[in-house]
Amino acid sequence: MSDLDQFRQETRAWLEANCPEAMRQPVTGFEDIYNGGRVPEIDHPDQKVWCDRMAEKGWTVPHWPKEYGGGGLSADEVKVLRQEMSRIGARQALDSFGISMLGPALLQFGTQEQKLEHLPPICRGEIRWCQGYSEPNAGSDLASLATRAEDKGDHYLINGQKVWTSYADKADWIFCLVRTDNTGTKHEGISFVLFDMDQPGVEARPIKLISGSSPFCETFFDNARADKANLIGEEGKGWTIAKYLLTHEREMISGMGGAPKKSLGETAVELIGADEQGRLSNGILRQNLAQYQLDTVAFGATMARVGDEVKSGQGLGPASSIFKYYGTELNKRRNELNLAVGGEEALGWEGDAYQGGQVVRDWLRSKGNSIEGGTTEVQLNIVSKRVLGLPDA
Amino acid sequence: MALVLNEEQSMLKDAAAGFLAEKATVAHLRELRDSGDATGFSQDVWKEMADMGWAGIAIDEEFGGLGYGYTGLGLVLEQVGRNLSASPLQSSVLIGATIIAELGDQAQKEQFLPAIASGQSIVTLAIQEGAHHAPSQIATTAVAGGNGYVLNGSKRLVLDAHVADTFVVIARTSGEPGDTDGLSAFLVDAKADGVAIEQRSMVDNLNCGALTLNNVSVDASALLGSEGGAASGLNRTLDIANIGLASELLGVSTEAFERTVAYLKERKQFGQVIGSFQGLQHRAAELFAELELARSIVLKALQAIDSGDESLPVLASAAKAKLCEVAQRATNEGVQMHGGIGMTDEHEIGFFIKRARAAQHTFGDYNYHLDRFASLNGF
Repeated sequence: MSDLDQFRQETRAWLEANCPEAMRQPVTGFEDIYNGGRVPEIDHPDQKVWCDRMAEKGWTVPHWPKEYGGGGLSADEVKVLRQEMSRIGARQALDSFGISMLGPALLQFGTQEQKLEHLPPICRGEIRWCQGYSEPNAGSDLASLATRAEDKGDHYLINGQKVWTSYADKADWIFCLVRTDNTGTKHEGISFVLFDMDQPGVEARPIKLISGSSPFCETFFDNARADKANLIGEEGKGWTIAKYLLTHEREMISGMGGAPKKSLGETAVELIGADEQGRLSNGILRQNLAQYQLDTVAFGATMARVGDEVKSGQGLGPASSIFKYYGTELNKRRNELNLAVGGEEALGWEGDAYQGGQVVRDWLRSKGNSIEGGTTEVQLNIVSKRVLGLPDA
Repeated sequence: MALVLNEEQSMLKDAAAGFLAEKATVAHLRELRDSGDATGFSQDVWKEMADMGWAGIAIDEEFGGLGYGYTGLGLVLEQVGRNLSASPLQSSVLIGATIIAELGDQAQKEQFLPAIASGQSIVTLAIQEGAHHAPSQIATTAVAGGNGYVLNGSKRLVLDAHVADTFVVIARTSGEPGDTDGLSAFLVDAKADGVAIEQRSMVDNLNCGALTLNNVSVDASALLGSEGGAASGLNRTLDIANIGLASELLGVSTEAFERTVAYLKERKQFGQVIGSFQGLQHRAAELFAELELARSIVLKALQAIDSGDESLPVLASAAKAKLCEVAQRATNEGVQMHGGIGMTDEHEIGFFIKRARAAQHTFGDYNYHLDRFASLNGF
């Protein structure tokens, strides 16, 4: 038996013995996803049990090195673990910005001490992180951010405001872009610091969106304190880390939405009717749906192709630069078509008759996809300049 | 199957790019056009292509081909599209050989495929009758008589009609125009009595013609496949043909786009290169994204042919519809962004918009294939 087969057998046995029954049920909402933290939001007690057992094995973040709380698994072993988990319908034990965003940046740019301090609590789901990037006057032009960090010897004193800080009201720590120097170009003088949210001088207020309540917050710093030991990378070189993380974030947003269970066209036939050949009776809607579905198939093939190119050692090609732009625009198109297909039912805002207004709220929320994490227009600028080599005006 | 090229395929692609960029370019096409060349392509270049094995690229080794599959042929066709290379690769290799391989018996394959693979024989499909691709509307008839059948009807958009030595004619052995059943395929010698060939000239200056069949007698052995049973092999052939044309359109679009981006970096107005204007930059970036999608769906569809994927029909219509859309946009933007020079015959960008439209139309345009794509998806 190969080592990998042996690993599969052991993994299967361990999962069977340790994954609670409740954690084998399909995820139906955000409350089913466990994010950890000092005071975790717990929908079912087994969420924490399952997270703790997986963390013990290092399997909440199986691909990170063991010394930082990960599982130290090879790519093939991670694949086996995922396959075995999905075989029994096991949920992901822990999902957090610490895993998806801060962790990769620390592994790349952090010192050994910083990694040892911050990564293991992420793996164990003990500390929940949020990201402090955008500001009221630094959106697409993120590098013009103005939150000040004043040098106080062993620490920085931080004053300013962040916005669109997801889950700032629930996070324990923040990774934050601050300005440590005003003298150079706007990209210089930005630093990447970590600090505890549980201190006087940090306040997070949730933002209500056109779609209703949201995880976003406005976050205010009034003489908040960040130890210098938690400066990541060099002072004034935070922009490099920010760009690295934005790439991660864009990949996450482009994958949002996902494919619906039944094709929209088939749903439309049920609701609107078809001719004798089975063609949707409204020819204009049919064309719009077909164009959307065609682009969805072609975009899916592009994601697969880029993934296969990376696996074959060709590296991340220029096609990846379109993911954020195209994926979010496609998601907006799908949501517009959802309204067109659903008619009055899709416009309902609340109440049982309208399933709480999910369709219309998703539609409104999708408008933000092409704004957050780099607007469509900024993405097109990036393709123009970096991929096509077109010059600045 | 991974959506990447293997080493053999990459080498083939590079070889095709190098050869065609030297021997069969847009400038060569212009020469053929301006000299009123009777063949419409260079026989010498075609012989060289055949000697390299390209005429038998997707034909099984058993019948004298290379057995590289349609992914290999698609890569060559993409380079054909980039250079607008004139040759019988589409008519005889992509389509003629395919319908014989799909419908023919052992004897028919032995008779025709090695001859196509060596480049000596040109076999082309005669299917379209009206202004639009509509296989179920075929009215050409084949009635039992003599030693086999007697064919009557007329065909158009027959690729390389005037240089083909054999036609595969799709005719009705039963039913009425509008019926999808009752279609049969016949091998018809170009020199047979009652066959009249009219060379026509379309906007792309490549070869196509019309065919009139006036009481053409063929032997029973000319029937490809069973009587009335052409549909499944014909549909698969048309799917393959459309994916091949989508590969060619990928080359046409990519080349038109790259030439246009190069022009944006060179042309100056208002004291700066026009490529620095955001109004043009975003249009170029959007087109870049569409071309990446186009490349992916073409490769996926090519691989589906070779792997025997059941979703071939939906992927074929997806690839053709997407490439019709992208080629139209890329060539329209190509002319627009070149400005006045793009409207002149002297500049080469015009050759790309011309070939794009003809290839888009051949065997079903955007409207045809998007409609089919929707139907195959259950709406």
